[in-house]
Formats: sequence, structure tokens, C-alpha cells
Amino acid sequence: MPTFVYMTRCDGCGHCVDICPSDIMHIDKTNRRAYNIEPTHCWECFSCVKACPQNAIDVRGYADFSPLGHSVRVDRDEDKGTIAWSVKYRDGREKSFLSPITTKPWGSCTPNLKEVVGPTQEQRDGELLFNEPKYIRFDDGGLHTLASNGLTLKQGVYY
Amino acid sequence: MFNTNPFAELSVMIDPTIMETYVILMALLVAGGTLFDIVHKRSAQYFFNNWQKSKANAKRQVSGGEKASVAVKTAIDGLTSAELGDCSTRRQLAHLLTMYGFIAYTATTAMMVFGYQESATPVIVANLWYLGAFMVCLGGYWFWFFIRVDVSAEGHSPFRLVRADLFVVSLTLSTTLALVWAYTQSNGNSAWSVLTLTLYIFTTTVLFGSVPWSKFSHMFFKPAAALEKKMSEASGSRNNLPEPVDRTNPAVRDSHSMELLKDAPLSMGLGIKREKPSHY
Repeated sequence: MPTFVYMTRCDGCGHCVDICPSDIMHIDKTNRRAYNIEPTHCWECFSCVKACPQNAIDVRGYADFSPLGHSVRVDRDEDKGTIAWSVKYRDGREKSFLSPITTKPWGSCTPNLKEVVGPTQEQRDGELLFNEPKYIRFDDGGLHTLASNGLTLKQGVYY
Repeated sequence: MFNTNPFAELSVMIDPTIMETYVILMALLVAGGTLFDIVHKRSAQYFFNNWQKSKANAKRQVSGGEKASVAVKTAIDGLTSAELGDCSTRRQLAHLLTMYGFIAYTATTAMMVFGYQESATPVIVANLWYLGAFMVCLGGYWFWFFIRVDVSAEGHSPFRLVRADLFVVSLTLSTTLALVWAYTQSNGNSAWSVLTLTLYIFTTTVLFGSVPWSKFSHMFFKPAAALEKKMSEASGSRNNLPEPVDRTNPAVRDSHSMELLKDAPLSMGLGIKREKPSHY
């Protein structure tokens, strides 16, 4: 399901170019508008669709399983901290979904890594990665497993 | 220099009728180029089809009063370049400078060529011509060297020129050469004056004659696209986009999926837009 751009809506701000993990959203040389340079390499991650401030990017379904008339559109509202989806089926049914994308204001929980004390020479020469025992909570009761958390693995598929 | 009409001084060398004919020809080129563009790209057909599709998907009837209010809001947004402000204030400012500079520059050019060849030019008209040209240069070069998305977000050199630059390059060069020509002419430097005038006429002809290949006609189709977008929002079709979220609405606030945001502030601030899209 590669992305495509509604040219009349795009204003060439560059957010999709900036965010695309495949680096396939680029600016065309004729109209200075965004376009997907290689649809077959699109991961359908929806990053550009959500980042576009003008909702100018949409996703096209492959004709074999979603021919004609369907629509999956998303509106990521950063200020409200919400993401809303609107799904329209070929038979006319419509479904809407709304979820939070953050529970705290943006940037309020960004770690200030400048103030974190750097590793010692001994830590640098060691086999552990930076802050590894602490960050994987290994120093807090050893390795966390299903058993240590009172859980068991059930066999088969279940929900 | 800023209080004089450079076209009146030019009438010593070039007959005013030729200047008037040239201005009319440029206006015809813009009209013809835009019509050709509409037919060639089938943009009018696209807008009409989109309009019909939006009407078919409408969830409510939009009354005449609402339509007028949407049209007024679209006009205000267009006059303030509000759409560009959604992603960058400097883009909006550069666009406003270029847009109003271009309007002042072209309007006063027409006034000075047609109305004030024989009689004395009011100082305000001459001042507006220079001010308009300066504004176009300021906004145009700012956009060209720093704001263009292929420069700011893709990391290309500002000197890499592609077809999309045809409009902004010919516009800024045309107004720059207009100012240089006016300066050399007022100084009485005839050789430089003739050279800059020749280049000024060349770039101006490129600007108005290249409408089918350049982005000149965006000033006509962008307002049409903005109107279509606002009408689709008013009619509820919204191009299949979800309804805007109202977190103050108790039904939304108390819904199961929004439980985690119940006590969160209503405004979360900017997310990815806290930084400019320039991580190339």
C-alpha cells in the first residue's frame, strides 16, 4: 500500500522528506511538491501520512485485495495528543478510532543526557553496554522472566 | 531616484506606445498561459470532479450563508498565507513579502506606464514601485537561498536550479534588474542602463511568458484548492478524514480509548514540529 500525495494540498514543507525511514519521499523538480520516488520500496509505515500538516498524503491499497472505494485516513493531532483513524469499507460501512499518542506534554520527558555521568574507563573496557545493568533492570532482582513475574506460557493461540 | 517614474525617463529612448503594447502583451501571455495550463493539465476538470465527489459524500447540506462565510474565510487565509503558517512562520513571512511586493510592483508598473507618461507621477506611486520591488527581492532571495524545501529539507545546494525554480528565479531577477536599471538610469550611466534594461526585459518576458511551464499559475489554482478543502470540511465529507477531536466533549473524554488522557492537559504542545524538517 504505497503512499501518494495530493498535489493540490501539498505545500512542500518537507516534513515527509524529513521523517521517511526509507528516504523515498522527495521533492519533485517540476512543482516543488512531495512525491514517493519508489512506491515498491514503501513500508507503509504511515509516518509521512501522520506527519503531513496538510493531510496531503494518502495510502493506496493494492488492487487485488482492496479495489475501488475503500479509504483509510488518519489525523494525528499533536497538540491534543490524539490520533484518529477513519476507515471506509467498499460496502459503505465506516469505522472511526481515537486513541492517545502521548499522556504527557511533548518534550517534558526527554532525558537530559548532557547531565548523565559518562562511563568510567573500566566500564568502557567492560562487556556491558552503557548503563546496561540499570537500564535493563538487571540490578533490580536479576533477570526478569515469566516465572519471576508469576506468569506461565500457555500453549497454542489465545487472546 | 525613489520619487521618480523610471518609465517616464525611458520614454526619451522608447516610445510610450511600445511600452504600453509590451505590458498588454505580458498580460495576454499570463491569461493565455494560464488557460493553456488549465486545459493541458486538466486542472479545472480535476477540481470539478473533486467538487462533485465531495458533494456526493457530503454529510450535511451547506447553506448559502455558510458558503459565503467559507469563501470569506478562504479569502482571508489566502491574503494572510495562513496555510504556510501551519508549518513555518518564516515561509509565511517570505510569501507575504513576495506576494504583496509583486502586487504593488505590477500595479504601479501598469499605472506608471499607462497613466503617468505625460503627467507628473505622484510620489506615492513611484515609492510603491520601489518598495514592491524591494519586497519581492527580500522575500524571493530569502526563499531561494534558505527556505526552499529542496535546500532546507533535502540538503541540495541553493545554486542547484530545477524547473520548479523558473518562477521564483525569473521573478526575483526581474525585480532586481528593475531596481538596478532604475538606479543606472537615474545616474545617467547610459551603457549600463541599456544593458540592465535589456536584461530586465528578457527576465520579465521569461517570467510572464513561461506560465505554462512555471509555477506562476499557483496564484490562481491554490485559492481554488483551498476553497474546495474548506467546503469539504463544511459539508462533513472532509475527503474521508476523521472528524476533528474535541477533548472537552464528555463523550470523547470518558470513552474507554481516551482513558489515559482524562487528566492530561488539553494542549500537549508541539511534537515533531518542535524542530525544522532539516535532518538530512
